[in-house]
Amino acid sequence: MPVAIKAEGLSRKFGDFVAVDNVDLSVPAASIYGFLGPNGCGKSTTIRMLCGLLSLSTGRAEVLGLDVAKKAEQLRTRIGYMTQKFSLYEDLSAKENLQFMGQIYSISSRELRKRIPALLDTYSLTELKNRRAGALSGGQRQRLALAVATLHQPDLLFLDEPTSSVDPENRRDFWEKLFDLCDSGTSILVSTHYMDEAERCHRLAILEAGKLRAEGAPLDLMEQMGAHVIEIEADNLRSLKSRLLKIENVRSVAQQGIRLRVLVDRLVNDPVSYIQQALASPLRCNLVHPSLEDVFVTVTNSERQ
Amino acid sequence: MFSLQRIASVVQKELKQLSRDRMTFGMVVMIPLVQLLLFGYAINTDVRHIPVGVVDLSGSAAARIIEQAVVATQVVEVKQYFNTPAEAEQAIVRGDVRAALVFPTDLSARMVREEVLAQWLVDASDTMISSAILQLRQMPLDQLMVDPALHRATHQPSFEVALFFNPTRRSAVNIVPGLTAVILTMTMILFTSTAIVRERERGNLELLITTPIRPIELMIGKIVPYIFIGLLQVSIILLLGNIVFEVPINGSLFHVYAATLLFIAASLTLGLIISTIAKTQLQAMQMTIFVLLPSILLSGFMFPYEAMPKLAQNIAEILPATHFMRMIRGVVLRGAEVQVLVYDSLWLLGFSALGLILAALRFSKRLD
Repeated sequence: MPVAIKAEGLSRKFGDFVAVDNVDLSVPAASIYGFLGPNGCGKSTTIRMLCGLLSLSTGRAEVLGLDVAKKAEQLRTRIGYMTQKFSLYEDLSAKENLQFMGQIYSISSRELRKRIPALLDTYSLTELKNRRAGALSGGQRQRLALAVATLHQPDLLFLDEPTSSVDPENRRDFWEKLFDLCDSGTSILVSTHYMDEAERCHRLAILEAGKLRAEGAPLDLMEQMGAHVIEIEADNLRSLKSRLLKIENVRSVAQQGIRLRVLVDRLVNDPVSYIQQALASPLRCNLVHPSLEDVFVTVTNSERQ
Repeated sequence: MFSLQRIASVVQKELKQLSRDRMTFGMVVMIPLVQLLLFGYAINTDVRHIPVGVVDLSGSAAARIIEQAVVATQVVEVKQYFNTPAEAEQAIVRGDVRAALVFPTDLSARMVREEVLAQWLVDASDTMISSAILQLRQMPLDQLMVDPALHRATHQPSFEVALFFNPTRRSAVNIVPGLTAVILTMTMILFTSTAIVRERERGNLELLITTPIRPIELMIGKIVPYIFIGLLQVSIILLLGNIVFEVPINGSLFHVYAATLLFIAASLTLGLIISTIAKTQLQAMQMTIFVLLPSILLSGFMFPYEAMPKLAQNIAEILPATHFMRMIRGVVLRGAEVQVLVYDSLWLLGFSALGLILAALRFSKRLD
């Protein structure tokens, strides 16, 4: 399987602070690869290093077969980057922004005359093409930013939390566009802190405090998770939660409405009776399928303890 | 009712923020410091050491004695000697000297006849210079005359003064061309410095640097529109100056714009350098003021350059505004041509080239 990004021992320090700590990555081409992690876990820093915006403190990275430390300039025409913060010109119209960026990428005006209307159409911006970018809604801006990022038809797209300010419906539309791009052969690396978004990726890397905690396809991650998931329905959930947390092998307890979601270590063979015995009461416990959030909590918690 | 505690907490927060913005804090200290030094020490409204030339057509000892007496006043300093008044006039146009003292061939006879002894040819565009020389006109030269027989009885002035370029001694004549330098310094530096910092603040730059654009391409592209703005500003100032204040434009427009272009280039590159240092638009503005202040006070706009002490002159020499001030006054008021003002032209050209390289080097295409 061809590889879009290969990184070994990737690290980045800001003074004493280690933002990215010895991360190894292998991102397959023509797929959507997700970085999942809380804010400040090193997602943006990693993306910036892979784009050649930040130099690497240690390690090496090859993007599209090019060493980012040496061939950053060569790489720029082959990658597209969508920043976390909207970074197009708010005082230019949607069309003007596309035109400007197209010219920066030295796309001929004849080619631009073909590509811009096509992109405006693809991202449903045709009617908004003369509106200033600053006057667009969050979802419209994200579509415009994606249109700009794909204008020079890059082989690899970096999207840094592309939908953090977008409502769920717009987010779903946005992902439809990503899958279209992926189908046409573009490799996509997307960072997010939304579980539902991470679940859509072909593969995932879970990052926390600059370290790579888990890596794999979302389903595999859920299957191979190191904990059982139990849902408990009961009264007095708040006090029950603190009692549960005192039990050995209980990794985490989270309240979800009228239920508690309890993660019990895989070492325990029969988690339901284990919990019932530990609490000395026959509570209603159900063993359920793990979600990506459970995976996230398990891999990030295990390191903290 | 207002709460003192709430006010105090706002004050505390404000002070904390101020102390963390090192640039602003630096300006808080630097601006009064520089102002004080400029006004208190450097600026001297007594005009002294005006560079002048001497044309001695008489070749007499009396001419040398009078010259020494004039120099002893410290108002002027003899920089050059010329053979003919025409040569002296050319030097005035070039700006090499501000005035020339011409001793006529019949100096000795004039002394006997108790007539006016010599003539000052003065670049009167700067009224402070012309006033200082006009004061020399009544200078008593009696005690210089060793022979009591030559003692002058009448109160005939010692010198005649010919005021060139601004015979009516209106200060607007000197101020208006100088104003172009001040206004260009202000707008050109401010526009460019904030233009790039704004892109950084708004995040545009993070996207731009992932594109194949080269730093130098971005810099030049940012500069070019402001060149036209600068030319427009100069046109407005000179046109209005001409209509409202009757300031003549003695030089050709070609040379006016050539000089202006050189200065705009220098100011814009200075703005670019600032933009690579400043983190916010506010900081860029503060740094612009830091350049603007000496550009107004030391460039010769407010006080004659020659009248300033050496240290202030050295500082002034670093500022592009000083060089442009000389050029634009030379061209507009004395009809000089840019190639005559070689030193200042080359200086501005060199400044722009070095500045552009420095700014492009400092502008890294990385975020770290």
